[in-house]
Amino acid sequence: MIYFDNVSKIYTDNSIALQNVTFSIEPKEFVSLVGHSGAGKTTLLKMLLAEEKPSEGAVFFESNNIQKLRKDQINKFRRNIGVVFQDFRLLPNKTVYENIAFAMEASGKTDSEIEGDVPHVLDLVDLGHKIWSFPHELSGGEKQRVAIARAIVNQPDIIIADEPTGNLDPINTYDIIQILKKVNDLGTTVLLTTHNKGVIDSLGKRVITMVDGKIVRDDKEGRYIL
Amino acid sequence: MYWISFKRIIKSGFFSFWRNGFVSLSSVFVMVIALGVLGSIIFLGALLNSSLGALQEKVDVNVYFVNNAEEPEILSLKTKIETLPEVGFVSYISREKALEDFKTRHENDATTLQALDELDENPLGAVLNIRAKKPSQYEDLANFLKGDNILSPTGKNIVEKVNYNQNKVAIDRLTSLMASAQKIGLGIMIVLILMALLITFNTIRLAIYIAREEISVMKLVGASSTYIRGPFIVGGMLYGLIAGIITLVLFYPVTAWLGKETANFFIGINIFDYYISNFGQIFLIIIVSGVVIGAISSFLAVRRYLH
Repeated sequence: MIYFDNVSKIYTDNSIALQNVTFSIEPKEFVSLVGHSGAGKTTLLKMLLAEEKPSEGAVFFESNNIQKLRKDQINKFRRNIGVVFQDFRLLPNKTVYENIAFAMEASGKTDSEIEGDVPHVLDLVDLGHKIWSFPHELSGGEKQRVAIARAIVNQPDIIIADEPTGNLDPINTYDIIQILKKVNDLGTTVLLTTHNKGVIDSLGKRVITMVDGKIVRDDKEGRYIL
Repeated sequence: MYWISFKRIIKSGFFSFWRNGFVSLSSVFVMVIALGVLGSIIFLGALLNSSLGALQEKVDVNVYFVNNAEEPEILSLKTKIETLPEVGFVSYISREKALEDFKTRHENDATTLQALDELDENPLGAVLNIRAKKPSQYEDLANFLKGDNILSPTGKNIVEKVNYNQNKVAIDRLTSLMASAQKIGLGIMIVLILMALLITFNTIRLAIYIAREEISVMKLVGASSTYIRGPFIVGGMLYGLIAGIITLVLFYPVTAWLGKETANFFIGINIFDYYISNFGQIFLIIIVSGVVIGAISSFLAVRRYLH
C-alpha cells in the first residue's frame, strides 16, 4: 500500500535527514515508528503527506508516486489520509462539530452526510457531549480525541499519528492508543510515531526503529529498543 | 457542489468574522480610517474644483465696439465667436443696456450723471462679454479677436478694443495657480490613496498572519485552495462593508460641522450639501472601495500561506 523506495533526504545545509530508506506498509497494518528526535521520523511522515520531496528515491501510495502529484491531486490525496499531531492542530475558532465537519466539507460531503457522521464519529471517541464546545474549553486528551475523530471521519485508508500522546498524561495516553487500536481493528492502516516505550511494548505490533536517518530494525512484533 | 461550497464559504466567512471579534474590530477601525481618507479626498477634490471654478467665473474678456457699429454686424460676430471651441459663453450688451448699466452703477454720483446728460448721444459702445472654457484659452481667444476675423462684412473694423491685455497678468497668474493647485491636489490624493491602501493591506495581512496555523491545518485535511481562501476573502469584504458604512455615518456630522465652519472660506460650495446631494455616488465609491480593497488584501495575504 505504501512503499518507500530507497529514499534519501539531504537538506540544503547538507544535513542528512534520511538515508536509503526502503520499507513498505501493507493494508490494515499497525506500524510504529520509533527513534530519537532528529532520527528522521517527521521527515518521513512529511513525505507521505506530500509536504516534502525526497532528494533521491520515491514514495508510492498504491501505485502513485506521491511526489509527482499535481496540486489539486495532492488535495484529493490528503483526504485519503487522516493526520493526528502532538499539538492537536484543531481550528481554534470552530466548535468540535465544525472542526470535524470541516474535514468533510473539504472533501465535498453533503450536509446530510455531515449531520449524520459527525455525531457518530464523536460517539466513537466518547465525546458526544462536547459537540458544541470550542477547543480551548477541552482538556488535552479531549482535544486529541477530537483530532482523531477528524482524522477518521472521512474513512481514510491510513491514519498517520505523529507523537499523538506526546502532550498527554498516562491515562489519556492509554485512551488514545486504545482508540487507534480500535480504528485499526475496523480496518484502517495506522502509522504511529512515538517516544513512549510503554506504548510500544504494550502494543505488540510491527516496530520500525530509526537512527540517524536510517532504518536499523524492523520487527514484526517489536519492542522499544534504542 | 459549487453552490454548496459557495454557501459554506459565505457562512464560514461570517462565522470567523464574528468569532475573531477583536481582530475583526481592529481591522474594521483601521479600514474606517483608510476609507475616511478616501472620502476626504472626494471632498477635497470637490472643494478644489468648485473653488477654482468660482475663480474662473470671475475671469472674462470684453470686446468693446465702436459707437457706429451696426447691431446685426455685432450679432454675426457673436455667432462666429460662439462657434470657437474655446468659448464657453458669450453675452451681448447693447449700447442702450450699457448706458443703463452705467447709470445704475453711478446712481449716487451726480457729477458723472450730469456730465452724461450734457452729451447728445449715448457715448457707450456695445460690448460682447466672452468667457473661455479654461483660463489658459484666453490668449488664443484674444489673438483671434485681433486678426481679420473680426472685420465686418463691409470690411471696416468695428471693434474698438479688447481688454485682454489689461487683464493679461491676472489671467496668466490665475492660469498657473490653477494648474499647480490641480497638480498638488492630485499629488496629495495619490499619496493619501496609497497610504490608505498600504494601511489596509497590512492590517488584513496581520489578521491573516494570526490564522496561518489554521491555514496549514486546512491544507492538511485536504481542503482546496479556493475553499481555504474563500472565507478569508468573505471576511475581508465584510471588513470593507462595515467600515464603509461606519465611515458614511461618521461623515454626516463631520461634514455638517465642516460645512458650517468653512462656508465663508471656500467659495461656491457647502461640503455638507455636497455630501447630501452626491450621497449615492459617495456611498458607492466608499462601499465598493472598501469591499474591493478588503477582498484583494485578503486574497494576497492568504496566498502567502497557501504555497
